[in-house]
Amino acid sequence: MSDLLRNIIRFILFILFKVFVLHQEPPLHQFVIPYLYFLFILWLPYRISRGGLMLLSFLLGLTLDYFLKTPGLHAAACVLVSYIRPFLINMLMPKETADHNYSSPSIISMGWAPYATYVVVLTFLHNAYLVFLEWMQFGNFFYFLGKVSATTGVGFLLIMITELLFFRKEKFRTNTI
Amino acid sequence: MRNVFLFIRRYSNFLLFLVLQIIALYFLFSYNRFHEAAFSEVADRITGNINSRYNYVDYYFHLRNTNEQLVKENLQLRSLLKQNYEAPDTANVLVVDSILVDSIKKFQKYEYHAAKIVGSFVSTQTNYLTIHRGANQGIQRDMGVIGPLGIVGRIVDVSDQYATVMSVLSVRFKVKAKLKNGGENGTVEWDGASPSYIYLKDIPKSAKVKKGDSVLTSELSSIYPANIMVGTVADISADKESNFFSLKLKTATNFYSIQYVYVVGDLQREERNQLQEATKKTNE
Repeated sequence: MSDLLRNIIRFILFILFKVFVLHQEPPLHQFVIPYLYFLFILWLPYRISRGGLMLLSFLLGLTLDYFLKTPGLHAAACVLVSYIRPFLINMLMPKETADHNYSSPSIISMGWAPYATYVVVLTFLHNAYLVFLEWMQFGNFFYFLGKVSATTGVGFLLIMITELLFFRKEKFRTNTI
Repeated sequence: MRNVFLFIRRYSNFLLFLVLQIIALYFLFSYNRFHEAAFSEVADRITGNINSRYNYVDYYFHLRNTNEQLVKENLQLRSLLKQNYEAPDTANVLVVDSILVDSIKKFQKYEYHAAKIVGSFVSTQTNYLTIHRGANQGIQRDMGVIGPLGIVGRIVDVSDQYATVMSVLSVRFKVKAKLKNGGENGTVEWDGASPSYIYLKDIPKSAKVKKGDSVLTSELSSIYPANIMVGTVADISADKESNFFSLKLKTATNFYSIQYVYVVGDLQREERNQLQEATKKTNE
């Protein structure tokens, strides 16, 4: 399956999963809102251009916004995540070796610890920005702190479960042709 | 000039980031103009369509609840039937109406449209429902929405076939309500915590309230007919600093299982709004 087709299918599945499964569940608590859809951005290949990455994330966020009737909220958070992503990858990856051997970020291509850091930082950024925007409209500081920590915890857990359930086979790409 | 182009080229990613952020935040903070700003009507049609396909399957799992709600509502309506009441003999005078004009039609104040819910969620701070009735069927913005057992919300967006309802479970939603027993008026709000409970504020401490009392929509409300169930009092807490109660209400409507709603149109709304506008103008 080509990268393009695979990512289109992922896009649709992540949005539908968020709208019709995660969002239909009665919440455990007002703070515990599970987010998984931005894993789409985290899984995009290394080679994608930074502009394209941001435009794609904007599209992803806005699509979700149309379903959840929150204009621009998720779009803003997704654009932030996609802007930070390349910096983070540069920081966490040894430059010469792994960068070109695998196509996209995963446990195999980065290793457990760097990949977990990558997920935690971006999940935290996404949720912090999202809840911050919500806080600007209503709510108080306690609400902000509680919701950011709870959503980040649940989000990280969900992403790690997804990684274990849907194990992505990464092909080792040699450059010795 | 060359430097400007170099600057743009060098920081193109950052500039794109800023532009996208500004677009997103513009959508977010100009919520009322969102409808025009972001092709929301087209999007409503598409998301509504997808929602109704999903609902086609999901619907069957809630049939038992829907049926129970409808039976309860029927019972309520049946108990209002005229034949259940006996008039005292002296008042039973037959009067023949000699006016040929249909006098009932003329004074009809509210009209009802039945609508099926095709999408809903209760897990965020501002919750919405999507219903399969739109502008083509006469739905307009700011109409009230009630369920079989109580109030549900208010229409905020309309496309041709679908409409978006802001539910009572939304921190932006406010409506006037009154106690059934005393008649004191207050404001109903949601604090964002639990989908089963809402709050009634501004009830004076002189009011006699008990747990289990009913709360109904008030005559002061501009979107609902009066005397529609809002909820029942679950907890009473007196605010020490002010002179008001804050009452915790159990919502009459179960937002998890509701399937059908009625959209209430106020036929005299135009007139009422015009009068209020005119009053404002003359008093300024």
